[in-house]
Amino acid sequence: MRVWKFGDDIDTDAIIPGRFLTIYDPAELAKHAFEGTRDEFAGSVREGDIVVAGANFGCGSSREHAPLALLGAGIRVVIAESFARIFYRNAVNTGLLPLVCAGAGEIRDGDTITVDLDAGFIEASGKRFAVEAVPGFLKTIVEAGGLVAYARDLDEVEICNMQ
Amino acid sequence: MAATIAEKIFSQTCGRAVHAGDVVMAPVDAAMVHDITGPLAVRVFRDMGGEQVFDPERIIMLFDHQVPADSIPAAENHVFMRRFAEEQGIHNYDLHEGVCHQVVMEKGWAAPGEIIVGVDSHTCTYGAAGAFATGIGSTDMGFVLKFGALYFRVPESIRIEVEGTFPRRVGAKDLILSLAGDIGADGATYRALEFDGPAMHSMDMAGRMTCANMAIEMGAKAGIVQPDATTWDYVTARRDLEPFDLAGDSDATYAERRRYSVSDLAPQVAVPHNVDNVVSVDEVAGTKVDQVFIGSCTNGRYEDLADAAEVLGDADSFAAGVRVIIIPASRTEYLKALRAGLIERFVEAGALVEAPCCGPCMGGAFGLLAPGEVSLSTSNRNFRGRQGSAQASVYLSSPATAAASALYGEITDPREV
Ligand code: SF4
Repeated sequence: MRVWKFGDDIDTDAIIPGRFLTIYDPAELAKHAFEGTRDEFAGSVREGDIVVAGANFGCGSSREHAPLALLGAGIRVVIAESFARIFYRNAVNTGLLPLVCAGAGEIRDGDTITVDLDAGFIEASGKRFAVEAVPGFLKTIVEAGGLVAYARDLDEVEICNMQ
Repeated sequence: MAATIAEKIFSQTCGRAVHAGDVVMAPVDAAMVHDITGPLAVRVFRDMGGEQVFDPERIIMLFDHQVPADSIPAAENHVFMRRFAEEQGIHNYDLHEGVCHQVVMEKGWAAPGEIIVGVDSHTCTYGAAGAFATGIGSTDMGFVLKFGALYFRVPESIRIEVEGTFPRRVGAKDLILSLAGDIGADGATYRALEFDGPAMHSMDMAGRMTCANMAIEMGAKAGIVQPDATTWDYVTARRDLEPFDLAGDSDATYAERRRYSVSDLAPQVAVPHNVDNVVSVDEVAGTKVDQVFIGSCTNGRYEDLADAAEVLGDADSFAAGVRVIIIPASRTEYLKALRAGLIERFVEAGALVEAPCCGPCMGGAFGLLAPGEVSLSTSNRNFRGRQGSAQASVYLSSPATAAASALYGEITDPREV
C-alpha cells in the first residue's frame, strides 16, 4: 500500500472543493478529491492506499463529503500527527479509520506502509511508528462499523448516560 | 465545585456534575440543517431506520449555500429537503431568510445554557448568545434527527479575557483574527473558548457573533461569550425566558488562561492560505485586489455594513477594476441596511448587492475567482481554492478594511482613509 503524504493543516476545501458538494456518492466525490491542490491523486490512487499527513488534518468545514471522497477513492485509513475535531469524528462515523501518529512527519510520500492495528503500530520506510487507538466510546462506533450501523440497532438512547 | 461555562451547561442539562473529559449522551435543545449538508443527514437518518424525527419543533431548516439554486443538483437538494420538512412537520425557512447562523440567532433559537448542534462548522456562532453550540457532520446529525441527543466529550476550556478600548476603525474581526494568529489553527482543538473581560462585554451582539463564529478557526468545539445584560436583552426580545447567571468560575480548572488588550490593536489581515497567517494591515498594504466581498455569517450584519459605509463616506465610487460584492447576512439585516440608506450608497458606488446567502464565501455558488486573482473577504476562511481557483489568493479582514481596500483597489489601512 502506498503512502500519499500531505503537510500540515490540510483543510476540507482541499480534500473536496465547495463546488462539488451537491455530489453525495463516494465514488463520484473521489473523482474530485484534492482537485486543484493535488491533481494526480484522483487518477492514481489505488484501493488500500493510505493518506499520511502532518498536524490538524481535515480542518475547516464540517462537510462529510471529505471522508466520503477518501473512502470513495479506496482509502480506509488516514494517519496524521493530529486531526481537526469534526473531521476525526466524521471519519469514525463513516468508517474511515483516523490514526494519530506522532511520527507521521517522518513517513515519506510513495513509501509502502503496513498497518498492524492489533499491535498498535505501523511500519513504513523500514521503521516502526506507534499509533494511538481511537479513544473510548468512539471505539464502540468503529467496532460497529460506523455510526449508522451502531444506530440501526438502537431504538432509543439513554439520555445523560456516561460512557 | 468550581466549573467552566461548558461544564456548567452540561451539568445543568444532565442534572448532575459533569467535568471536562467526561463523555455524555446529552439531549440537544435545537438542531440546524441547511441545503449542503442537510440532504446527507436526512439520508443517514433513513439509513439508521429513522421514521419520525425526535421533535420537529426543535429542528431549524433553511437553505443558504446555493440559493437561489445555481445548478440542477442544487435545485434537487432543495426539493428533497422541502419534501422532508413537509413530511415531518418541520418549519422550513427555505431560502427566504438568509445565512443559517444569522437566522438561528435572530429568530431566537439560541439562549444561554442551551446545547445546539448544526451540520455546519460555524455553528459555534451561537456561543455569542451563551449557548454551547457546535458543528457536527451529517452522520452525527442523522443520529440527532433520530434520537434528539448526541455523545459529547465535555471539553476543557480556554478562558480568554479581553480588556481595553477598541481604537477607531478597529473591531471584533481584528480581535478574533489576532487571536487566531496567536492561538493558531489547531491551538484550541477539542476545547471550548470562553470569552470574558470588559472589551468583550463592551461589544454589541454583532461583534460577539463575529468572535464566536471564528472559534472553529482555532479548532475549538465551541466559543462562548459569558452572558451579560446585552445577551439577555437580545435573547428576551425573542424568547420568553427569565435571565439567570451563567459564568465561568475564576477558580475552575482551565486548560489555559489568556489575556489580551485591544487598546493598541491595529487592523488585522489573514494572508493566504491559512486563517492563522495573520499580520497587521500595514504589512500587506498596497496588495492589489480583484474582488472584495463584504458579507457571510462572520461579517454580514447591519453593523458590518454600517462600518463599510462609514469608510466609504461620500466617495463617488469604489476603485475601477475591483468587483465589490456585498451580501447582507439575512433579510432582516438587508432591510435594516436598506432603510438606513446603506444599500443605495453601495449600489451608487458600484457594488453588486446580492440577496442574503453565503455567496462567494464557500466557492460553491457565484463570485468565484480565476487563477491568479486576489480577493479580500470579510468571511472566515482563506484556504486554497475556498473561493474558486486553487491558484487564486484570498485575504481576510474586517468590513472597514475591506471597504477601504475597495476604495483604493489595494489592501488599505482603514484608519488612513
Ligand atoms: S457564510 Fe460562509 S462560513 Fe458562513 S455558513 Fe455560509 S459558507 Fe459557511
